[in-house]
Amino acid sequence: MSDLARLRELSNTVCIVGVDESDEIGTVPGKSQLTLHVEAITNAARDAGIKVSDIDGIFTAGQHSPATIGEAIGVVPRYVDGTTVGGCSFIIMAGHAMVALYHGLCDVAVVCHGESGRSGVGVSPRRDTALPGQFEFPYGFGGAPTYFGLITTRHMHEYGTTLEQWAQVAVSTRKWAALNPKARNREPLTVKDVLDSRPVVWPFNILNICLVTDAGGAVILTRADRAKDCAKKPVYVRGAGEGSEHVMLTQMRNLTFSEATRRSGEKAFAMAGVKPTDFDHIMLYDAFTSGPPLMLEALGLAKRGEGVHFFAEGRSTPGGKLPINTNGGGLSYTHSGMYGIFPIIEATRQLRSECGARQVPNTKLSLVNGMGGMLSAAGTLVLSNDGGR
Amino acid sequence: MDLERPLPTPITPECRPYWDGAREGKLMITKCRACGKPFMYPRVSCPFCASRDIGWVQASGRGRLYSFEIAHQILNKAFKVKTPVVLAMVELEEGPRLLSNLVGIAPDPKQIRCDMPVEVCFEKLTDEISLPMFRPAGGAR
Repeated sequence: MSDLARLRELSNTVCIVGVDESDEIGTVPGKSQLTLHVEAITNAARDAGIKVSDIDGIFTAGQHSPATIGEAIGVVPRYVDGTTVGGCSFIIMAGHAMVALYHGLCDVAVVCHGESGRSGVGVSPRRDTALPGQFEFPYGFGGAPTYFGLITTRHMHEYGTTLEQWAQVAVSTRKWAALNPKARNREPLTVKDVLDSRPVVWPFNILNICLVTDAGGAVILTRADRAKDCAKKPVYVRGAGEGSEHVMLTQMRNLTFSEATRRSGEKAFAMAGVKPTDFDHIMLYDAFTSGPPLMLEALGLAKRGEGVHFFAEGRSTPGGKLPINTNGGGLSYTHSGMYGIFPIIEATRQLRSECGARQVPNTKLSLVNGMGGMLSAAGTLVLSNDGGR
Repeated sequence: MDLERPLPTPITPECRPYWDGAREGKLMITKCRACGKPFMYPRVSCPFCASRDIGWVQASGRGRLYSFEIAHQILNKAFKVKTPVVLAMVELEEGPRLLSNLVGIAPDPKQIRCDMPVEVCFEKLTDEISLPMFRPAGGAR
């Protein structure tokens, strides 16, 4: 069997059957991150119409190991995965869950997240800082904006992209947030507002940078045959891909073109049998306004330097031809720290037509792409609401 | 002593020659003896050919400003240098890239340009630690 045939064999074998956030998202000082995590799992199980005790595969990233989550929800899992390569880990692990389900290593998988990113309740950071501690922190680096800005400045140098164009991404995303009752920031936003907001690390002002919130999220998957018995219309995982290039930004081969994202997208599109231009709905991890345009370029939806045009021309906004980040994104909806679970939740809701005022009509094929670190790792999902290949 | 910056911590055994060199005003980098390619950060295995035969060489200290930012706030409380500060990624003429600060120029995006030539200089933090920094090449600007 060819490599492509092996990939294609996985396509549409597994479905997302349940999604939800924690009971509250935003500023939740009264709950530990373990509570946010468990709330999301129980809510997603209810959404799927399954019992929590049916879960036998646990896929989670960050401070909670899958063992911690199994214990917390009273499950002795048959399969665990704790791949932690940044915020896209949940997107990657939806692909891992697909493989485990396909091979019968588990029957009901939960990909789940809980993080008290804003309030810091029940948080105990532990990280190997030997390399950044020597080569980065003495210079003032530390915190994502001090790294992603370097990517952004270089892109401006090579392609002539501008502060106004980055600001358009925030403006477009806010238009969607205005239609999402769960979004944190919903008031109208202009390019001037972004340009006039508080400078943090040039080329970023505060409105170029994602929110910091408390939130949990969970996604439940099962094989397509079993998905038909769940409460809601299944959403098919038609393709999945992943990539990981670097951790230290000095090791990124090309600062303006994410190799991890390119590889992740190519694998997902090959598995799904789709072209980059086939999508009618897109979710891109937006920790910074420059992130989504660069992802569009690495995924092959835009030429290099031209990803910003999707946002400047109104294509990405409500009523536009290619809606992007319809939940309001990390920029305006929520961003707990590892945001990757939330674009999967939104794509699923869109494909189920559950989104009310922000519903994209006739959505059939959705692209979910996320980054870990500074475009260091990537995960891609191709999701659809019909099982046809 | 009241330091303006966090000291490099922890200095790992693999990186010790880098800091020993910096104390003497030398920018030391690792180089693979098998394939001949220099690289940073220091590792026991060459990232290009996986050889374990790694040595140290002194870099020229010249390079170009690959990218930069102007930090108006620094999250790390141990960093007390007055902002705005220019955060820089420098590509050495030998190839490896380093993060650093660009000094000797106004923190103004209209004056600083990607690819401008830069050269290393050292800021003594303690008797043990000097930090490699970069300034516009030729010193004048």
